Amino acid sequence: MRRGRRWRVVVFGLAALYFLLPLVAAAEFSLRAPGGGYGVANYLAIVRDEALLGALLTSLQIAVVTAALVLALVVPTAVWVRLRFPGLAGVLESATILPIVIPPVVMAAGIAFVQANLGGPVFRTLFASSLTALTPFYVVLALPFAYRAVDNGLAAVPLRTLVEAARNLGASLGTALLRVVLPAIRSAVLGAAFLTLALVLGEIVIARILLYTDTFPVAVVEAGRTAAGVAVALSLAALLLTWALLLAVSFAGGRRTRRTTP
Amino acid sequence: MTALLDRPAGPATDPTPARPAGRWRSALGLLPFAAYLLVFLGGPLYFVVSGALSDPAGRPTLDNVVASLTEPQYRAAFASSLLISAGTAVVGAVFGVFLAQAVLTGRERGDGREGPLRRVVSTASGVLAYFGGVPLAFAFIAALGQTGLATLWLRAAGVDLYGAGFRIDSLSGLALTYVYFQVPLMVILITPALEGLRPQWREAAENLGASAWAYWRHVALPVLAPALAGATLVLFGNAFAAYATALALTSGSIPLVPTAIASALSGNVLADRQNIGLALGLDMVLIIAVVMVGYLLLQRRAARWTR
Repeated sequence: MRRGRRWRVVVFGLAALYFLLPLVAAAEFSLRAPGGGYGVANYLAIVRDEALLGALLTSLQIAVVTAALVLALVVPTAVWVRLRFPGLAGVLESATILPIVIPPVVMAAGIAFVQANLGGPVFRTLFASSLTALTPFYVVLALPFAYRAVDNGLAAVPLRTLVEAARNLGASLGTALLRVVLPAIRSAVLGAAFLTLALVLGEIVIARILLYTDTFPVAVVEAGRTAAGVAVALSLAALLLTWALLLAVSFAGGRRTRRTTP
Repeated sequence: MTALLDRPAGPATDPTPARPAGRWRSALGLLPFAAYLLVFLGGPLYFVVSGALSDPAGRPTLDNVVASLTEPQYRAAFASSLLISAGTAVVGAVFGVFLAQAVLTGRERGDGREGPLRRVVSTASGVLAYFGGVPLAFAFIAALGQTGLATLWLRAAGVDLYGAGFRIDSLSGLALTYVYFQVPLMVILITPALEGLRPQWREAAENLGASAWAYWRHVALPVLAPALAGATLVLFGNAFAAYATALALTSGSIPLVPTAIASALSGNVLADRQNIGLALGLDMVLIIAVVMVGYLLLQRRAARWTR
């Protein structure tokens, strides 16, 4: 162990410098007051500025609906794959990395083409508001992250035993899923939900190209054109908040597994 | 639905395949997921491909694709996109491997659970690697913008960044920001491979008299090579696909492929530009598809040692 200590110090030192300096600088910048000195005025913009507050509420609404749809799609599918198609797990594992690099800008280009050229009641309903237009596509963007999180959670519980025990006691498959499997993987489910929240609070590409400018990240970027301090403050706050939520889930999950494994 | 209980539960390592008939029925369980992806991912991709291969009147043509690859402004966009993706992929991969190994071999807990450092690093990596785009742009403006903290400190120390021609909303400034999310992504991707290096290999090498360097040179790196190359390819694809940071940082002043797509799509340009925008999107998807096929092939090779 001792032999490797010196390079580790160098690596951690460099990492700390490179990763912490921008965050420290952002914190300092966000606390600068207009007339010199420091204050929290930039952070208060979220309650003072009605457009920003409205945008935050819109984005939270999108995040909740997106997370619900994502979990409804991912949890049964991941359980089903583990129970009936264990051979497929490897394929899905590598497939979940694919959408990470399907460019949102290309997705946006395809959707924008539909938006500009196709009419009809279905599309009019779809493109009526940012909630209806963005949510279905944010679900696609969130699926790979959520699938990985939920699948990791499933790997840590004796899934087959749980389901079969529940079935033997007369539970339907749906009941077994909702009342036995879901509670067993609740921290993974929470993690997936918070990853979805992080995604919705950071997505600007599709929203900007489709011209839905009333979501939180787009509003923050717009605010940054005139008041950089506000944009730095709010985007830093959103990043730290989602990270704190994920960290809390990570520790909570760790405590649970310690209790359940002998 | 009782089919689930019809067969004995096989041990986890030897899953009993379902009977063919039951297999088709249970495939229905995957239908909602597949159908959703088909509509909401396949749909946009379909319109990208069909729009790229037709003119504004809907007649099939290859003109858009040819234009997207030959017009000077698009060639410049591809050149800078490829440059920044390759550069930040390599830098991020090298730094990421060292960081991942440092975190792995840091203080290990006797009971084999993840220590607090690993939890902090892994959750922070996830947030930064995947969702950091916009906040990172602003953090770097705060650090290295005209009045940023690091800029002011450096100026006080006698180094005038902006006097030397640096700008945060230039290609090099953007690359510096990209590395910030490339390194965490590398940590996420390479940690499983590093964990797969068995301690016995190191012990065997040491017993045979190998130095730490010889162990890495002749044992660890050859075993890791496919995983390293594969992860670097994902980093390349990740940077190539990224647009949020550039959008927040520069408002379109750097010629990148996503910037070109966005401006070709914006309403105030000619109708045939829209189809060229879709052709640029198709080019992007094809480039990334090639990269990902390479990744999957390398991944299969890398898995040989982790079995």
